[in-house]
Amino acid sequence: MSLKHDIEFTLNGVKRHVSVDVTMNALAMLRDVIGLTGTKYGCGEGECGACTIQVDGVSLNSCLMFAVDCDGRNVTTIEGLANDSKADALRESFVEHGAVQCGFCTPGMIMQADHLLHKHPHADEACVKRGIEGNLCRCTGYKKIVDAIVAVDGA
Amino acid sequence: MTELKHYFAPTSLDQAVECLKDGDVTILAGGTDLTPQSQAGRIKIKHTLMNIRHIPQLTGITLEGREIRIGALATITEIMEHPLVREHLPVLVEACDHFASDQIRNAGTIGGNICNASPAGDTLIPLLVLDASVELASMPEAKLYRHSMPLSTFFVGPGKTRKSLCELVTGVRIPLPAPGHVARFFKLGTRPALDISTISIGVAGTLKDGVLSNARVAFGAVAPTPTRAAQTEQALEGQRLDAATIERVAAVARDEVKPIDDVRATAWYRKEMIHNITKRILSHVAQA
Repeated sequence: MSLKHDIEFTLNGVKRHVSVDVTMNALAMLRDVIGLTGTKYGCGEGECGACTIQVDGVSLNSCLMFAVDCDGRNVTTIEGLANDSKADALRESFVEHGAVQCGFCTPGMIMQADHLLHKHPHADEACVKRGIEGNLCRCTGYKKIVDAIVAVDGA
Repeated sequence: MTELKHYFAPTSLDQAVECLKDGDVTILAGGTDLTPQSQAGRIKIKHTLMNIRHIPQLTGITLEGREIRIGALATITEIMEHPLVREHLPVLVEACDHFASDQIRNAGTIGGNICNASPAGDTLIPLLVLDASVELASMPEAKLYRHSMPLSTFFVGPGKTRKSLCELVTGVRIPLPAPGHVARFFKLGTRPALDISTISIGVAGTLKDGVLSNARVAFGAVAPTPTRAAQTEQALEGQRLDAATIERVAAVARDEVKPIDDVRATAWYRKEMIHNITKRILSHVAQA
């Protein structure tokens, strides 16, 4: 029997109580326990950024976080940006610039870009490139993604 | 070793070190290393998993007398953005800036980087040349016992330190650099982000009239631990940094390191890079 622990945290603005395996990572909890599959499993080692979420206002790799460590914290996933006006601008910019091809990296890219634009509302190309260093895309060659993020004025 | 039976998230340092008394505890902080290592089965979690995130004594970056104290839970992002660190310890900011990716910098802690004791740990080289010491807490009897130890004596092998199983790293202390202090860090890798360094070099000292004193040199990824380079420091101490001296010191550095061949580079390449980058860094220091 694996050890379970009860946690309570805010997920996309809603209080959640969940019982999770102590050794489970936050990504597995989001996808397999709660059923929010927008956050993607890419590498499981923090190399690809497909699983990026925001916790207490900063972006993290959910595959590198223990689910129990969500206890008491404020977690936002890609689903939580559905009704966020700033994220709307980002999403529309991705569409306009053709920054989505297969789409697998997109939730992680958007979560990281959203965090970046909160921190640097007028991020230029160099700043965006540094900001998404931890997100891999195997389709676009990054140009369209970088253009899409730079085009958003996050102020 | 027993199986995981208990999860504990203490809210005070006393509770944490009390829990560590039996030594059968795996410590969780940022989780950026423990999560993937334990999921892949490379690390087995012990009887108790202790999450130290909620202990206030492990947080914050403060000036205490003539030392900057960085709490063990300070994330790499917090360190590189903190005004005290930016003003007094720019070499640490430089290393943090080359640390993994934004997502990992936002989660990974300096205490974790120290305790993982990787020969390639990015913050360890600047901390070594800044004469940092590690704060440790334990509870040998019924009372909290705290002491500190120079970082230069802390590492004993890959992933191995002098910290006992009953001790907790609570922070790191760095003396305020004196006027004229210069320090440089260089990390060599194949890409700027998310790379484990092939080699890394830190150099520090006090530069006065072109002469370097209190010389400190540390190398990463060329030995079982991040390491100070005693012979290179000796060759550098009290010298005027002219071209001939720089060439001579770089040769000493190349001969001093004993790297291994691995997937990232051959031992030969590492020795050549130690020579070339030492030369480059010393030229930068000479112009500081």
